[in-house]
Amino acid sequence: MIDVRLLDRPFIPGAFIGAFTHAHPGLGGVCTFVGEVRSEDGVEALELSHYAPLTLPGMQALAQRAAGRFDLMGILILHRTGVLHPGEPIVCVSAAATHRRAAFDAVDFAMDHLKSDSWFWKREKRGGEWHWIEPRAEDHADKARWD
Amino acid sequence: MAKLVFLGRLQSVAGEAERTVASGPLETVLAALEPDLSLALLDERVRFALNGTLLGDHGGIVLSPGDELAFLPPVSGG
Repeated sequence: MIDVRLLDRPFIPGAFIGAFTHAHPGLGGVCTFVGEVRSEDGVEALELSHYAPLTLPGMQALAQRAAGRFDLMGILILHRTGVLHPGEPIVCVSAAATHRRAAFDAVDFAMDHLKSDSWFWKREKRGGEWHWIEPRAEDHADKARWD
Repeated sequence: MAKLVFLGRLQSVAGEAERTVASGPLETVLAALEPDLSLALLDERVRFALNGTLLGDHGGIVLSPGDELAFLPPVSGG
């Protein structure tokens, strides 16, 4: 099962992961990564914008690539949009497989591509002012591991 | 008329997320914008998407009535 969603309000990862796990009876393992908004550097809020004609289709294509590259039973990709606050989940990737290595690798692969390849733009509010976040070289280096 | 969509920091440069412009050749459309905005849109790292499809080549674009051209700066998600 491939389940990819953009969410515009706070979500509880466990609620989605539970349903995702139950949808794959006989699985050998589920690996999940949840990214949250860091509370550091005086960040008061974070805003993620996207472009509807490209963002979700791009995430669905990424999920298909991960499912084709690794031996998965299913993959779940959730990504927030809108305004978030420190401590809120921003992204959740979960992969179900018969063997653990495929699940670990698929989540790592999907996260690296979400960070550097997906159509999201991020800005942070510090001291009451919004600042756009530029791409980080580390994110591109992380993605290049899979080329 | 056609629509320009500004993503990420380009939205701050434009002062709005989208703008309605007269259709026609893109160079004419860009020449009518604020100079700092057209300069930012032509940054080599900015990708274009016409009606939801990414363009590989930015030359010879002519906007027809109803077209939507999005300007996509480098992403910073996840």
